[in-house]
Amino acid sequence: MVGRARTVGAAVVAFALLVVLWELAKLVLPGDGVLVGDTRILPRTDDSAMPHVWTVLGRLAEPEVAGAADARTVGAAVASGALFSLALALGGLVLGGVLGMVLALAMQRFALLERAALPYVVASQTVPLIAIAPLVVGWGGKIAIMGWAWQPWASVMVISSYLAFFPIAVGMLRGLNAPAKADVELFRTLAAGWWTTLLRLRLPSSVPFLLPAVRLAAAAAVVGAIVAEISTGTRGGIGRLIIEYARSATGDPSRLYTAILGAAVLGLVAAGAVGLLDLGLRRYRGSVR
Amino acid sequence: MTRAVPGAPGVDAGPRRGPRGFGNVWPPVAFGAGLLVLWELVVRLARVPAFLLPTPSAIAEQVVAQFTVILSTAAVTGGNAIVGLVAGFVAGVALALLAAGSRIFGELATPVVLAASAVPIVALAPVFTTMFGSATEIPRRLVVTVVVTVPVFVATARGLRQVQPVHAELMTALAATPWQHARFVRLPGAVPYIMTGLRLAAPASVIASIVAEYFGGLQNGLGSRITAAAASTAYARAWAFVAASIALGLLFHLAGLLVERLVTRGRTA
Amino acid sequence: MTAVLLAGLQKRFGDGDHAVHALDGIDLELATGEFVSLIGPSGCGKSTLLRVVADLEQPTSGSVLVGGKTPHQARLDQDYGIAFQQAGLLEWRNVVENVELPLHVHGVDKAERRARAAELLELVGLEEFAGSRPSELSGGMQQRVAIARALAPSPRLLLMDEPFGALDEMTRERMQAELLRIARETEAAVLFVTHSIPEAVVLSDRVVVMSPRPGRITEIVKGERPGADADVDDVRESSAFFTAITTVREALRKGHP
Repeated sequence: MVGRARTVGAAVVAFALLVVLWELAKLVLPGDGVLVGDTRILPRTDDSAMPHVWTVLGRLAEPEVAGAADARTVGAAVASGALFSLALALGGLVLGGVLGMVLALAMQRFALLERAALPYVVASQTVPLIAIAPLVVGWGGKIAIMGWAWQPWASVMVISSYLAFFPIAVGMLRGLNAPAKADVELFRTLAAGWWTTLLRLRLPSSVPFLLPAVRLAAAAAVVGAIVAEISTGTRGGIGRLIIEYARSATGDPSRLYTAILGAAVLGLVAAGAVGLLDLGLRRYRGSVR
Repeated sequence: MTRAVPGAPGVDAGPRRGPRGFGNVWPPVAFGAGLLVLWELVVRLARVPAFLLPTPSAIAEQVVAQFTVILSTAAVTGGNAIVGLVAGFVAGVALALLAAGSRIFGELATPVVLAASAVPIVALAPVFTTMFGSATEIPRRLVVTVVVTVPVFVATARGLRQVQPVHAELMTALAATPWQHARFVRLPGAVPYIMTGLRLAAPASVIASIVAEYFGGLQNGLGSRITAAAASTAYARAWAFVAASIALGLLFHLAGLLVERLVTRGRTA
Repeated sequence: MTAVLLAGLQKRFGDGDHAVHALDGIDLELATGEFVSLIGPSGCGKSTLLRVVADLEQPTSGSVLVGGKTPHQARLDQDYGIAFQQAGLLEWRNVVENVELPLHVHGVDKAERRARAAELLELVGLEEFAGSRPSELSGGMQQRVAIARALAPSPRLLLMDEPFGALDEMTRERMQAELLRIARETEAAVLFVTHSIPEAVVLSDRVVVMSPRPGRITEIVKGERPGADADVDDVRESSAFFTAITTVREALRKGHP
């Protein structure tokens, strides 16, 4: 318990130090940064580029548009944006995760499929799939599936699920193939069929491989949702908010930082959700024999 | 017995296979070729609109037509990726060494890096733009640097912790100083882990470099070309730049793999 | 001068009710150049005893002298060499670099340590593998490299913790013959931990039989270590060898009913 308290304490101190470092940079470094030739090697530190931490936090409680009477606060806007993006990212994670698991099961069952498709699945993790985001975006308003007009947020979710799909497929397949040869042979001698082996051996032993994959996929889904919102112009999400606030950052820099803060919290919440899953499946973790 | 759990920062590239023989090459090649043919046929026969998916042949045509633009924009995006990759690699290894050397520093740096691995770092792009100005490549390079630092730090820190008990005892028996322990055992032992971190970070640097372009700034890289082409409904051209992005990502992946193999050859673990 | 002198040695792990009494009242003297084996069932503390001598564990009470010094000083002065059950070679160094490691750590210049490593590789019969990677060697060859490494600082005492435990029987017998020759040529004293009764008998001047919980010396049996002109295989077939084996076995039974 002492070790745990120490870890938490260290984290608090670390982030407090970051804040101190930020303010120290504002205090010590020249306001217009340091230029070598035409290249700025140290950032501008005046209030228009790096606002005080308390200015940013204070901005959360102020109305989104200065002067408007009944406008919602920046905090409310950021929170609702983050929630919206979180919902899309989680939706994408579930969708991509299920598809990834199905593909992994199919690859485990049919060796030829594994040999044919796996190189692509592996390679897909190393190529910038997210590059197609601006293209999926074009679907909005142009297609309809069985009478349901394609919504921009659906594009966002598709991109999110797309990014979550591959790490989960690869992690799941590794997990399904993880049981030792001796264990697989034991199930053979017990005359267990493919399903029994899957349920009693392969699925439990895939958990330690699946969890890091899900963690990775969750982070990818969040990035995917944010980037997709930027490309789609889907309103309501944190990604759109970042771009919107960035446009007016010269006049109102602290608003941009509140949005970034919202995105960071969003990522941490998604990671926390995976952490809960981790907790729930703890008895399978690392207990693979 | 507990099994080593595969780890962050990335899901590794599948189970290790031996050198691929001819028999292992044909399924993926056939699969890929089949997929392309199917794609072409489906798009043509079902009259799939170009905004949904252009034909591979149309994309190939655009690749040829835009080749010089592709090369120059890929050079910008790739250049940012390389600069950020090198800077992030150095930063990640250095931070991990400091964290291993000083308990306090390690306890402070670890939560920050772990938080950074869950946070969408690319969203920092507009912040860096505000701080450094929009007319330079520095903001994007910084984004790539931060993106790369995280997996390299995690991999290096893990490698520095993985000392075989027998090696630790040997160094004690040899009356080695902590510095000698680091120099003779910990650091060389961590090299494969560091190289794995580099291999995972290499394609990530390209991805970060492209995505950072979506957040504004200079419009001279692959990412901005994709957005621009898509915005002007030139879908095949957009896909041509996507293809170039994929090629660039693969190039970085292969380069990372090559470096890893060269550095760790002759090792069993 | 004795190589190792232990008097009233005690070692406990943990405290209170959970304390494990690993060693109790150990008195043992190892003469210069003597080969002594420690044998006993798992948990009898024989490895702990060796690790106390090596300064890898601290005794709870009692006195330990290694070549007349404290174990700590002996370790700092590199008065002993040690080999474990795992060869523990550094895979990023080739064979000759692994043998040089102790000298490298202690700042011996390159030409000198190369010359010493070449001598040692010749001693263990691996001169043609100097440039090989550890992973290219068999288990027995790796263990010979580890022994050469242990001998690099020319120690007067060699500590060996089941060094042949992971080898197959044929390799093991060959390694025993090698070790006897090396011990004779270097005139180093050897403290050798083993599970194998024949191994202890054929190698040792004296076999120390231990019993578990708490680890005590139950009996010391005279071993059949062959002299300079004797053949190991002759010893293995001699009746004295079998008699000694029987004696050790009975001593083990007595300590572990």
